[in-house]
Amino acid sequence: MSSSATTAAAGSPSGAGLQPVSLRGRRRPGEAVIKGVLFVSAMISVITTAGIIVTLIRPSLDFFAEVEIIGFLTGSEWAPQRGVFGIYPLVKATFLITAIALTVAVPVGLGAAMYLSEYASRRTRKVFKPVLELLAGVPSVVYGFFALAVVTPWLLQDLLNLQVGFTNALAAGLVLGVMIVPTVASLSEDAMSAVPLALRQGSLAMGANRMQTTLRVVFPAALSGIGAAIVLGLSRAVGETMIVALASGALPSTSLDPRDGMQAMTGYMATTAGGENPVGSTSYNTLFAVGLTLFLITLVINIISIRLVRRFRQEY
Amino acid sequence: MASLTATTRSTVLASGRRSRDTNLSSVVFLVGLWASLFFGVVVLLVLIVSTAIDALPRLDGPLVTDYYSGIRPEQTGFRAGIFGSMWLMLGTALLAVPLGIASALYLEEFANRHRWYNKLIEVNLQNLAAVPSVVYGLLAVAAMSLLGFNQRGIVLGGAIALALLILPVVIITTREAVRAVPREIRDGSMALGATVWQTTWRQTLPSAVPGIATGTILGLSRAIGEAAPLLLLGVAIGVRFDPNGFLSVFTALPLQIYTSTSQSREEFQTAAAAAIIVLLVMILGMNALAIFIRNKFQRTW
Repeated sequence: MSSSATTAAAGSPSGAGLQPVSLRGRRRPGEAVIKGVLFVSAMISVITTAGIIVTLIRPSLDFFAEVEIIGFLTGSEWAPQRGVFGIYPLVKATFLITAIALTVAVPVGLGAAMYLSEYASRRTRKVFKPVLELLAGVPSVVYGFFALAVVTPWLLQDLLNLQVGFTNALAAGLVLGVMIVPTVASLSEDAMSAVPLALRQGSLAMGANRMQTTLRVVFPAALSGIGAAIVLGLSRAVGETMIVALASGALPSTSLDPRDGMQAMTGYMATTAGGENPVGSTSYNTLFAVGLTLFLITLVINIISIRLVRRFRQEY
Repeated sequence: MASLTATTRSTVLASGRRSRDTNLSSVVFLVGLWASLFFGVVVLLVLIVSTAIDALPRLDGPLVTDYYSGIRPEQTGFRAGIFGSMWLMLGTALLAVPLGIASALYLEEFANRHRWYNKLIEVNLQNLAAVPSVVYGLLAVAAMSLLGFNQRGIVLGGAIALALLILPVVIITTREAVRAVPREIRDGSMALGATVWQTTWRQTLPSAVPGIATGTILGLSRAIGEAAPLLLLGVAIGVRFDPNGFLSVFTALPLQIYTSTSQSREEFQTAAAAAIIVLLVMILGMNALAIFIRNKFQRTW
């Protein structure tokens, strides 16, 4: 676009005396049409976001016409079949499971990222990065099966001898943590690899060893990028559905003990959606009200993550 | 193990100062990093091996040739789910690939980055990439009723949900592939008088095809394992026929795995494990194809 504009500007004075050779080039209305079509395609993503918001808000408004919003946000009992809607048990379960997941994913993900970025040879990186990608490619329903069939009976009950039920928040959280390790690891590795070599060389020249360089120079320099990686992992964990629906149970509970079963927001949506929900019924509207709450929580988390990424990009 | 790698590593950093890395805390630290890296490998191995052992009694023909049966779980098959997932992937690809490529080309080749609406698209994409997949299910429910389809759980509805879900992935990988094409190729084309679109269509896009194909297949391999949006769409489980088009009622493999896993009878758990092996083979096949394309066709400039 810009280059055709410059040839046109340069063309008019020099071509003034010579009629046949015009550097202006043919007018191409098709070009503008194509640009318009591509622009509309790109706008689909914006329309999707708008669509999500509209989709969630309309049934939610119907829901809040029946159920008081204050009670929804502050109530501590969730019993839709009795018409009691206090979202606290669902939100608490989501965040408890997410906290367990981050306890696994943050140290493991950062450790793997530090190794890959600061220690690994080219060949090691070539072997392990696809493994991490593969770990990210395992479907969440498979992780859910893994939590139920292996982690709970074998790791928690037999090996660690814990008194846990068939479904429990601990197994869901641990497996969810495994699932978000690749997210945390690959984004933190990008952030650490972006730290200029000169900083490392300076540190090593001052007599620091590699561990000190990694922990005291590279890590702080990449901190906002690492923060963004963790926040994105958090957002993934909050929105993950199948692991939570399978492994954490379908009973809303106010218990803070991770050995208990508890229903999370996404777990409620999965369980309820499996049944009959005619459009406009309370159970249908409840789905959207819980979905809206979930969307708003992840939206706030995503905005924090995008801000952090922007800061770390500006640094170097 | 740790000291071995410490001596065989080959980086430019501190090549003459290895002795400082052999004190106790450094070695412990390095072992910790190694353990973190191996954690993923170990979990992946345990997951695959334990599932395969669970699945062993059911890795037979009826698993892929028979339909789902709630009455005789020892003979249940996932034929409808396998075909349903394939139709679903076809629909998702047909929707997501052209849209994703068009969006990426606009953002890379045509958009003025300083305009507010282009900035809006960028930020919006970053946010969309992290929207929970269940929410896309709710969106597709609304989209289907808006389009006037009353039948729940048809292929088109699932394809819309999954296409919108993987659209950010397709756009981001396509942009990277397009960005990797050197400036000089575009400049040469423009200098010969081609327009921006001619340059994009005849030079940039063909050079970027391997990268786009790799990214798209990886996006689809993520979509094929998704169950949550389909669950919200009301996709059925016990379908006993093969889908025959985009408006056909269908079921999907991950959804059948979810249902089988939630049943209490032992035979269902075995069947679920076997279906997981089938699903993992499909996903691994797609990943292998993506890696093959990347290695075979990708050019480096």
